[in-house]
Amino acid sequence: MSELYKVSSNPHIRSKVTTNGLMLAVIVALMPAAGFGVYNFGFRAFLVILTTIGSTVLTEFLFGLLRWKREALGRLTVTDLSAVVTGLLLALNLPVGIPLWMAALGGVFAILAVKMLFGGLGQNFMNPALAARCFLLISFPTAMTAFECDAYTGATPLAALKAGEQVDLFDMVVGRTGGTIGETSMIAILIGACLLLLFGVIDLRIPGSYIITFLLFVIVFGGHGMNPAYLCAQLSGGGLMLGAFFMATDYVTRPITAKGQYVFGIFLGLMTGIFRIFGPGAEGVSYAIILGNLLTPLIEKYTRPVAFGYRKGGKRREK
Amino acid sequence: MNKAGERLYNGILKENPTFVLMLGMCPTLAVTTSAMNGLGMGLTTMAVLALSNLIISLLRKVIPNRVRIPAFIVIIASFVTAVELLLEAYIPSLNKSLGVYIPLIVVNCIILGRAESYAYSNTAIASLFDGIGMGLGFSFALTCIGAVREILGAGELFGLALMPESFVPIRIFGQAPGAFFVLAVLTALQNHIRNVRKKAGRSYEKIGSGCSEDCMNCKDRKGCTKSFYKAEEAHGDDGRSAKAGTEPASKGKVALTKPVYLEEDK
Repeated sequence: MSELYKVSSNPHIRSKVTTNGLMLAVIVALMPAAGFGVYNFGFRAFLVILTTIGSTVLTEFLFGLLRWKREALGRLTVTDLSAVVTGLLLALNLPVGIPLWMAALGGVFAILAVKMLFGGLGQNFMNPALAARCFLLISFPTAMTAFECDAYTGATPLAALKAGEQVDLFDMVVGRTGGTIGETSMIAILIGACLLLLFGVIDLRIPGSYIITFLLFVIVFGGHGMNPAYLCAQLSGGGLMLGAFFMATDYVTRPITAKGQYVFGIFLGLMTGIFRIFGPGAEGVSYAIILGNLLTPLIEKYTRPVAFGYRKGGKRREK
Repeated sequence: MNKAGERLYNGILKENPTFVLMLGMCPTLAVTTSAMNGLGMGLTTMAVLALSNLIISLLRKVIPNRVRIPAFIVIIASFVTAVELLLEAYIPSLNKSLGVYIPLIVVNCIILGRAESYAYSNTAIASLFDGIGMGLGFSFALTCIGAVREILGAGELFGLALMPESFVPIRIFGQAPGAFFVLAVLTALQNHIRNVRKKAGRSYEKIGSGCSEDCMNCKDRKGCTKSFYKAEEAHGDDGRSAKAGTEPASKGKVALTKPVYLEEDK
């Protein structure tokens, strides 16, 4: 009763959701994919995950310490677990055979250049983990595309698909193929995505519009029409599922409004389709998402809702 | 400090065209893939800048106000053509690696900027040294950026292997995004040094002009280029006509001693 009549200045609507809770939910939801990655690729995958998490957390801690000392007002942001999420996501986007120092360098780049220098959590203009992946991909093209490891040899299923070869659909869905650590298993990622949906961390607007747009694009331009095997392979191959559910839905770099999120998802679907089908490489999810991140402010500008009491166009309603 | 030395100092440190004025970003980002390219571009620009400054300064009483920009461009373009032909004849390798950026020096905003803000309202010798100083500052900045990018992106410096065998080049530094990273970090470093010096009371500004911005107690009013105080004494030898021109009391006298183009433009 007394809680209902609290008199205070705004904000009046409060939520019990904390940054820590959200990040913890994402970490839990990523566990199936990470666990399957370790099972699939062996102990080295675990080492890569540890390295990137260590380097992101350490970078955030040191940066916070430096600023904290100098200005005496910043708090140590490392405790909010966002650096752990960044590190984990980055590791899931790396091939298992990557030299560990490259993985660590990627972690430093993600936190230092993309996140902290722009103002920390909430100010990063693109997804730090994906930006770091693209940084590594441009810097070390051979190491980043060497998907050969003890368990698998040869091209990733998506590359094989692009070359016109047959792929085993069952293996692709379960994840028993080559690729980056966390992207291979569609089932593990979907389990994690269901957890996120259950926790209420994400909704289906962005992943749904993203995946449907991509499917339509592949049906129209893919050259295989409605062939279900081809479509299924395109869906489960590469980083599409991981990107759609875990990266594109990043709170900081997606549009806020529902309309904006649909626009964002459709844009990502189109770009991914263009990169995968017309581009030189087999994969295009990470570039599509960071391009979409850069467009987010523009999308928000044009999907801004009309404030209460105002008409469209910013004029106040007459009495 | 004498005029020539002051101009050199101004161009290299105080108003370094790349790190402080942020001019000429297009060649800065595009050609600095190696230290040699950066140095070559910087020195080529310096040659054009010094000569065009000299000629524009000599012709400043002849060039009518309304057509000054086309006149500047014609002078600059002539020197660029001459330098390009010389490079083609004597250093073909540099000419090849700089490519289209040599003719593009014509539209380099440092050169037009110095012509407009300095050479058009100052004496010939001072303008020549202003051009040399700015050119040296530009060369210095480009060589720095090029060196960092070459070391990280290829493991070499001036084409000589520098890093150990095991070093894996970080290819992104050889490409466009790397240029932005390196420029940003070097500019931040330069700002940091500037701030530290300012705190220690050894700011670049003070050394350059001897000005403490305390005009009330200044003994050096005659040679003052800042015109914070008593604008009618301004000599207008520092391209400060805009500042002096905004003070209504000094308008008439300023107009006698220096071109009035800035007021016309308003």
